[in-house]
Amino acid sequence: MRVKFHQSLDDLKEKLLVMAGMAEQAIQRSIEAYRTRDLSICELVLRSEPAINRLEREIDQMALDLLAMEQPMAIDLRFILSVIRINADLERVGDQAVNIAVRVREMGAFANVELPVDIPKLASLAAAMVRKALQAFIEADADLAKSVLKLDDQVDEMNDAAFYALSNLIKEQPEQTPQALNALIIARNLERVGDHATNIAEDVIFWVRGADVRHNAANI
Amino acid sequence: MGVGILVENLNAWYGTNHTLQDINLHIPANHATALIGPSGCGKSTFVRCLNRMHETNPIARVTGVIKMGDIDIYKDASPVEIRRRVGMVFQRPNPFPTMSIYDNVASGLKLNGFTGRRILDETVERSLKQAALWEEVKDDLKKKSGASLSGGQQQRMCIARALAVDPEVLLMDEPASALDPVSTSKIEDLIFQLKSQYTIVIVTHNMQQAARVAENTGFFLNGKMVEFDSTHKIFTNPRDKRTEDYITGRFG
Repeated sequence: MRVKFHQSLDDLKEKLLVMAGMAEQAIQRSIEAYRTRDLSICELVLRSEPAINRLEREIDQMALDLLAMEQPMAIDLRFILSVIRINADLERVGDQAVNIAVRVREMGAFANVELPVDIPKLASLAAAMVRKALQAFIEADADLAKSVLKLDDQVDEMNDAAFYALSNLIKEQPEQTPQALNALIIARNLERVGDHATNIAEDVIFWVRGADVRHNAANI
Repeated sequence: MGVGILVENLNAWYGTNHTLQDINLHIPANHATALIGPSGCGKSTFVRCLNRMHETNPIARVTGVIKMGDIDIYKDASPVEIRRRVGMVFQRPNPFPTMSIYDNVASGLKLNGFTGRRILDETVERSLKQAALWEEVKDDLKKKSGASLSGGQQQRMCIARALAVDPEVLLMDEPASALDPVSTSKIEDLIFQLKSQYTIVIVTHNMQQAARVAENTGFFLNGKMVEFDSTHKIFTNPRDKRTEDYITGRFG
């Protein structure tokens, strides 16, 4: 039995879950900041980024050490590869949260207007994808991971709808262009969060089943 | 050139101990095939059946069919003939200690009745070149004894000795387990080069080594072959849970 190695794999998983918690919190906070236009929450999001970046480096180093020192095979090898990829996606989720916080801060400089787009709904769907993908990772549940992939189309459709609604708003009420553009970018950021959740779900499927389902859902 | 090996319903016993049970597999020609599994799982017994060494033990017994090319090795040929066609390299290098390097390599040929000086010289040179040892020993062939070489050199000399009788199959039973990493990597490079001319079967406890050198890998457990597949499949996503548990160190 490779007790030390398997303990190290558990430690790696635990550390990734800490990273996941921070990335999830950052995206939740950025949405809360959008909803309330509370600039202090924006600051919290911005301040959390260095910690997420630091964790990303630490997790990569742990994974690299395990690859070099333990030469893992089969499900352990797939697990470590998945952790490396999920780690990068979580860091990017953190970046999207920062981008949203920056846009919310900019929106605060302009008058608050009613926008024809339901950002909180889009956000809640994207955040639910991240939550589900991470739950699938925690439980090593490939079926749950598969269900995340199906949600991505809904997020894409909502993002497309936001694009058309906000483009029309810009045409019809040009004075609202700054607010509309910021909302457009936030919708795009949330759509990217959905993409990262999809990537995480695909990595869970790869880890659990050994099947590479990226770019080709037919193989699932 | 190497030949393919077809194994059908192979069973082997040591006394009442049923050490191999219903083994069926096809080892393709000119490929390296690795056999892995915990100690006592039957992999060494299996390779000893491939060159009819298992039956040299009076209490050992074999049933089933092993075909090398078109020849049923238990029906169509004598053990001596099979052992000429199937070379074997062991875990620890086993040079004949009183013989020179030259005589060590030429010993198999001489046993097979070759005495012509020119043929012996050519074969020794070719075999040592194939074993990637020629450049290191060419000036001391008859001056130095085989036992005076380093462990890695001795093992390559033993490979040269096995190649000198022009076999079709080369069996290697943990050929690098007693060697340092540099010598190990030379043996692995050698396996890579030799498989274009020979069919290679390698027993190893070093799974990274199996992954590096073999196209196919078989996993043995308790006398049975649990799984046989491409090395890539075995080490990234094996079908059988027992294979996965073994290669990830969850038992054994």
